[in-house]
Amino acid sequence: MPALSEDKNTIEKLTNLGKKLLSELKQKESPYFDRPVRSLSNVIFDEKAGTLKLGDRTSRRTFLNIGHARTFMQSVMIAAKCKELVKNERSASIRELYYQLKHTIPGLTDNTLEGQEESNPVIVDLETALDALREYLHLTADRSGQLFGPLTIEDQGDKIDCLRLGKSGLSIPSIVDDYKFLDHDAEFILVVETGAMGDRLVEEKFHIKNKAILVSSGGQPSRGVRRLTHLLHQKLELPVYVFTDGDPWGFYIYSVLKTGSMNLAFESKRLATPSSKFIGMTIEDIEKYGLKKVTEKLKGIPAKKAGGPTEDYKRAIELKNYAWFKHELWQKELDKMLATGMRIEQQALASKKLEFVSDTYLPEKIKNHEFLP
Amino acid sequence: MDEHREISIAEFFEKNRHLLGFSNFQKAIVTCVKEAVDNSLDAAEEEDILPEVHVIIEDLGKDRLRLTFKDNASGIAKKHIPKVFGKLLYGSKFHKLMQSRGQQGIGISAAALYAQLTTGNPIQIISKLKGSTKVHAFTLHLDTRKNEPEIIKEELLDTYEFPHGTSIQMDIEAKYTRGTHSVFQYLKSVAIVNPSAKLILQEPDGKIYEFPRVTKDLPKKAKEIKPHPYGVELGILMRMLKETKARTIGSFLMSEFTRVGKTTAQQICKAAEIDVVNGIRFVTGWERRPNTLSKDDIERILRAMQTTNIQNPPTDCLAPIGEELLNKGLIKELNPEFSAVVTRNPSVYRGMPFQIETAIAYGGGITEGRLMRFANKVPLLYQQSAGVTMKALKSTDWPRYGLKQSGDLPQGPVLVLMHMCSVWVPFTSEGKQAIADYPEILKEMKLALQEVGRKLRTYISKKRKGQIEEKKFKTLTAYAKEMVEPLAYLVETTTKEDISMYFEALLKSKYTMIGGVAIDNETLKELQKEVSQQEEENASTE
Repeated sequence: MPALSEDKNTIEKLTNLGKKLLSELKQKESPYFDRPVRSLSNVIFDEKAGTLKLGDRTSRRTFLNIGHARTFMQSVMIAAKCKELVKNERSASIRELYYQLKHTIPGLTDNTLEGQEESNPVIVDLETALDALREYLHLTADRSGQLFGPLTIEDQGDKIDCLRLGKSGLSIPSIVDDYKFLDHDAEFILVVETGAMGDRLVEEKFHIKNKAILVSSGGQPSRGVRRLTHLLHQKLELPVYVFTDGDPWGFYIYSVLKTGSMNLAFESKRLATPSSKFIGMTIEDIEKYGLKKVTEKLKGIPAKKAGGPTEDYKRAIELKNYAWFKHELWQKELDKMLATGMRIEQQALASKKLEFVSDTYLPEKIKNHEFLP
Repeated sequence: MDEHREISIAEFFEKNRHLLGFSNFQKAIVTCVKEAVDNSLDAAEEEDILPEVHVIIEDLGKDRLRLTFKDNASGIAKKHIPKVFGKLLYGSKFHKLMQSRGQQGIGISAAALYAQLTTGNPIQIISKLKGSTKVHAFTLHLDTRKNEPEIIKEELLDTYEFPHGTSIQMDIEAKYTRGTHSVFQYLKSVAIVNPSAKLILQEPDGKIYEFPRVTKDLPKKAKEIKPHPYGVELGILMRMLKETKARTIGSFLMSEFTRVGKTTAQQICKAAEIDVVNGIRFVTGWERRPNTLSKDDIERILRAMQTTNIQNPPTDCLAPIGEELLNKGLIKELNPEFSAVVTRNPSVYRGMPFQIETAIAYGGGITEGRLMRFANKVPLLYQQSAGVTMKALKSTDWPRYGLKQSGDLPQGPVLVLMHMCSVWVPFTSEGKQAIADYPEILKEMKLALQEVGRKLRTYISKKRKGQIEEKKFKTLTAYAKEMVEPLAYLVETTTKEDISMYFEALLKSKYTMIGGVAIDNETLKELQKEVSQQEEENASTE
């Protein structure tokens, strides 16, 4: 993996962390590091920026506290390993990192790491403590999602014309910071929830006909998809539309792309695209396009019934209460969903005909600016 | 069959040897050793002598053993020697109300009798009286019909091994074994409660064991007291009335009993209503002669004595081992990791003063749960599950004191020692191996167990905390070692050796090493506070 522009900065951050710990150690104090609390209670919605971010609350991890000692040790080990990766211009998956560091501790019966479930949270700790993206630490995740469209990207010296990738598309890696966007002829970016819908749009040549950069996220968007969407929007100054199923899960996927996720609230400024707009599906679409017969029922038990609310009902009510869903249009949309007990999938549009989504539904919405904020 | 014949006590013995502790070969040898050793220790204690007792056991073959006992006690006057060893129930302790070991056996003469009955060999006595230069040696035989000694041989020897003392040799039919009910175990138990005694055992195979003396402090001496009105029974009262030199009931009561003054004596006489005899009214019952009382009168006096409010007997007559000495004895013989001893204040049951001492010893040389019982410093080896001691143990909530309880007894490497001393130890049977269940005794035993239990709890919790601390320290040290290299890589400018040193210094500043065990300084402070609180609590319950 080639050097990132951030690398010098990252190395400095890691070195400084070490120096801080050492100076505490020299003074016979328990070395420690502080990191923002990542629980929901410390996640706030920054209305001005339109993103989620972490509040001011921090918690301290200190070596001499026997409850912290183990994770403290793991943090130091992982920090050093990341520094090695960055310095040597190498990258490792978080699983590889786990295997690189796992060994039995002499004198004890336990291992440095008992499983990836131990190393993963420590990685996030380091990201937050250092305010450095995991990708800057040269840690990779599995690639997920595809990109299609009139755009040329330079990746490790290779030029990739994203219009010439057939039905496969550009497989989106977890680290995209080193991408160079060379040339494009796009007018907007469309992020699609399901892979199947992405395939449909590619088959209908939607991206070519509409000059669109099509990002197919395949469910919950990965960090790579979110970072890429963020970078594309920022560098190419193109509007971003999000197309998901009309259910609470789909709405949440939209909000993750737009405002960031609660888990990674500390990264929202690098991962979220606050100006994104929601194109569909909506409950209104059901009436407007005569889709009533292809709706599905919301899963779970409504609030009014005994044992409720559960599943979709519960999730919809939660969404209604999030600060970033307080816009009246969204409140109306969610109320309608709860009242009708209906949800609608993207692929229900195929009940009209296969090309309805690419020829009619999406172009009309874009043309008429029919979006939810 | 019209001829009636009086059975001699020796004949009685022959028929009832099981009552006297000679029911089998193993028990017989322990009983013989017990009688001899108890006598020696009592005699030494009486004369303020630091006791030394040798027990030598030789195998004569065919289940016959030769026992030789040698002590450095005060010796026996020549004229008493034949009687002491050759006549049952002859002894200096029989009528006394005083805490002594000898109360518990039928005496050394029974051992001598057993020897004679089983091997037919006479016994040999050598004695040098304190203050005398002569060493007398007797060879005795006991006439079991007449209950009289027969002197076979009498001579003067030139020397005795100690400045004074007694040596006895007898041949008995018995088996020498090791185990719970053995001579070895008996002497070990004796050694625990007699830390000022030096005991030496030579086993048949020639092996010699010494139970050393660890203190030159002599135990407190017991004092003789008169009986307390609450503690007499009808038979004893009748005998006392028969033997008294007092001329009136009033003076009898005042002179023969403890805690009976004129007022109390008057109250007893009045309550007994003994002022009318055959229709003749005396001025008071007070003036009646003791030999004029009918059995009915005596019964009424007894009832009156027991219902009149009388001050408790004095308790300074008791001689407990004491917390310090008992602890010394425990440590020298058992080498426990932890021990706690409590000597309760004296108390009274049925007019008899008594005192309870309890010790608990944990870990170290103790590997399994054990109970050791003693009465007037004599080990009780048999009938462990009978009697009040076991009851007290069962009714103690051991889990509260950090011990597991399975069945009724505490589990784990713990020894409970229970000692009762009294002018009269109430045994459940002639075997004299289990103490009877009086509420006062049970209560004292329970309180004593609770006291030592609390001390043990403090120790165990301290130890557990210590173990946790030790584990923490070990873990932190191992983690620190893991971090040396990564940290050196992160900072780049400091060597691994230096970082390693810094970590060591950090841990040293945080932990104190106590007996090779690391304890967190803050925990240490807490523990010290806890222990002093515990001690205050203990002090306030006393």
